[in-house]
Amino acid sequence: MSWYLAMPLMTPVLTAVAAYLLRGSGIGRWVAVAGSALGLVFALMLMNQVIAAGVVTGQMSDWPAPFGITLIADLFSGIMVLLTAGVGLAVAVYACGEIDDDLEEMGFFAIFQLLLAGVTGAFLTGDLFNLYVWFEVLLISSFGLLILGGTRQQIDGAVKYVVLNLVSTIIFLCGLGLLYGATGTLNMADLRLAVDNSDQQGLVTVLSMFFLVAFAMKAAVFPLFFWLPASYHTPTSAVSAIFAGLLSKVGVYALFRTFTLIFDNDPAYTQPILYVAAALTMVTGILGALAQTDMRRVMSYQIVSSIGFLILGLAIGTPLALAGAIFYLVHNIIVKVNLFLVAGVATRLCGSSEMSRMGGVYKTAPLVALLFLVPAFTLAGFPPLTGFWAKVLLVQAALEAGNWGMVALVLIVSLLTIWSLMIVWARVFWAAHPEGLEPRTADLAPVRLHLLLPIAALGLASILIGLFPNGLIVLVQAAAAQLLDPQAYVDAVLGGAP
Amino acid sequence: METLLAMTLGCLVAAGVYLMLAGDLLRFLFGLTLISNAVNLAIFTSGRITVGGTPPLVPDGAYEPAGDVANALPQALILTAIVIGFGLFAFALVLTLKAYGLLGTIDIDKMRLSEAKPDEDKA
Amino acid sequence: MNSLILTTATRLIVAILLLFSMFMLLRGHNEPGGGFIGGLIGATGFVMYAIACGTSEARAALRVRPQQIAAAGLGVAALAGLSSGLLGDPIFTGEWLMIGASGDSKGLALSTVLLFDIGVYLVVMGGILTLVFALEEEI
Repeated sequence: MSWYLAMPLMTPVLTAVAAYLLRGSGIGRWVAVAGSALGLVFALMLMNQVIAAGVVTGQMSDWPAPFGITLIADLFSGIMVLLTAGVGLAVAVYACGEIDDDLEEMGFFAIFQLLLAGVTGAFLTGDLFNLYVWFEVLLISSFGLLILGGTRQQIDGAVKYVVLNLVSTIIFLCGLGLLYGATGTLNMADLRLAVDNSDQQGLVTVLSMFFLVAFAMKAAVFPLFFWLPASYHTPTSAVSAIFAGLLSKVGVYALFRTFTLIFDNDPAYTQPILYVAAALTMVTGILGALAQTDMRRVMSYQIVSSIGFLILGLAIGTPLALAGAIFYLVHNIIVKVNLFLVAGVATRLCGSSEMSRMGGVYKTAPLVALLFLVPAFTLAGFPPLTGFWAKVLLVQAALEAGNWGMVALVLIVSLLTIWSLMIVWARVFWAAHPEGLEPRTADLAPVRLHLLLPIAALGLASILIGLFPNGLIVLVQAAAAQLLDPQAYVDAVLGGAP
Repeated sequence: METLLAMTLGCLVAAGVYLMLAGDLLRFLFGLTLISNAVNLAIFTSGRITVGGTPPLVPDGAYEPAGDVANALPQALILTAIVIGFGLFAFALVLTLKAYGLLGTIDIDKMRLSEAKPDEDKA
Repeated sequence: MNSLILTTATRLIVAILLLFSMFMLLRGHNEPGGGFIGGLIGATGFVMYAIACGTSEARAALRVRPQQIAAAGLGVAALAGLSSGLLGDPIFTGEWLMIGASGDSKGLALSTVLLFDIGVYLVVMGGILTLVFALEEEI
């Protein structure tokens, strides 16, 4: 069993080594792409295994849980690992077109693969302390990617990103230490039992707030999101895209995992907090997006807004709501990566990502404009694309919970999302360039295929999932059921013997 | 002994927060380091220093400690956390140095380049 | 730094540090030591050399770039972990090969654990040297 779990994790690590040692030889970047493709194959095999077996576990070094290091994949983890590998491959291909030899010499492709390893590890680990370690792996890699290139703007954004993530790390670590002091274990399945049997439920709830704050900070939940729009638009667009797709979602994953598996002891206390955070995240995110004038910053704020939808699913907490949230997660990862990649191409065409210095892309590069429209419509939630199904599930869950205010809020925020996308469309693609400059299509020509192929592939994925959503809906409902009844998860780790 | 450590880490956190609020990137980082040390101390204390006066030591020649001893696992956790913290702190220091070189200031309020309004100078 | 005393002493100390780092690496499994501390001590040797004779001299003495050492170490450690999977055990299980074991004597014990530790040694040494050289050159 442990091969299935180890390969999606170790493939990026070994690819990173190979890509670094072969950098500059001309084949290093292609080794990275091949490694990503291999990672996708392994992720598919893991997913297949998870669907067949329900929960796949493996104990590293054969130390039994809760003493050893547990790797575990249930449906939710499996979906996330598959998405990571998928968008990782897409961005790796894009990066082959965008990244120049200097950045490759500094190890861009190696650090990128290590980032994927960190994200995958965070999704697969069954131990809170290991979750901390994988967070650090992906954090250190993301620091590296963020400053590669070293422009003034990048360094300024990196300072904010680094500093706030360090604070969140310390809060997480503090919670870990105190939780260990209170329960004597850090294995997640074992923690569930320990928390259930604890006679200090109040203390556990207090401890859960450490995790809520730490993960919410990583997930960019209101009011702890300011680092995200300050930094995500500064690095190269391949880096922006992978950050936008995966990093804040790891925080969301950690919130989902801990608050369904471990800290579900006092929902009367935690859920109102999550509701308020979700609502304010949605609203401030989209208002921020409307106020921005830089294309990539508009999209950064849209990430914040979409995190609100995900937290809303967790706050409602019914099977349908969680299923909707996981569906939204799938949809959002694909779409956000796609939008940032298109933004990268548009920036390259216009020479700036400031919307007052962009324009006329539709006239000179209609294909790029078309490729922008697919994810834009998807994010806005037009039927029958994926965003529509995700929002249908979430709204239905909110209706069932009788939460009319939230339903109204979701619909209003969706409307504002469309507005913010229309602004981007109108200014960047439709209107002529304000200074009368022509977009430089000649710059695009040599790397056209590398840049546009992954965008087209991700767009196609959105469309296909949108046209045939049934399979995914069944899958996310099963994943939500597993989250809400973690007995199978606990049994798989501890072998059924508590 | 645990009480003394608890008070120590309280002082460390207080000093750390004071430094972090000073509005200067370097002081912020030093404050952060103080707090991260306080957290390490908290994990250490959560495993107890001694149980009934016995530290977690295995006698010479034996394979397991005699009787109840304090939990030694948190010390392994701290070791990991210290190493990671060291790496992150080193990175953050280099970044600060770089930021000072490129931006000419480490006053947090003046570091607005990545969030500049469009009419402000971005070059 | 131009100090005759330091430069002269460094020649001797670097050799001792590197040897000691090997000693720490190899005694690691059952006694205090191991790849991490060994790597730190080994890195200290080159850092001393860099302080005494300059980073360019130290880089030349190292022959390969420190990042490359770290990358190779990561590869060694990962492969050592995966190798036990090839023998049918869970991944990262220690596989032992006792050469010349007889009676109470375990003989020469070779293991994937040692290989993993060597990987850690290289990662730590490469990582620390990358950092220190970069800082030395920056300032």
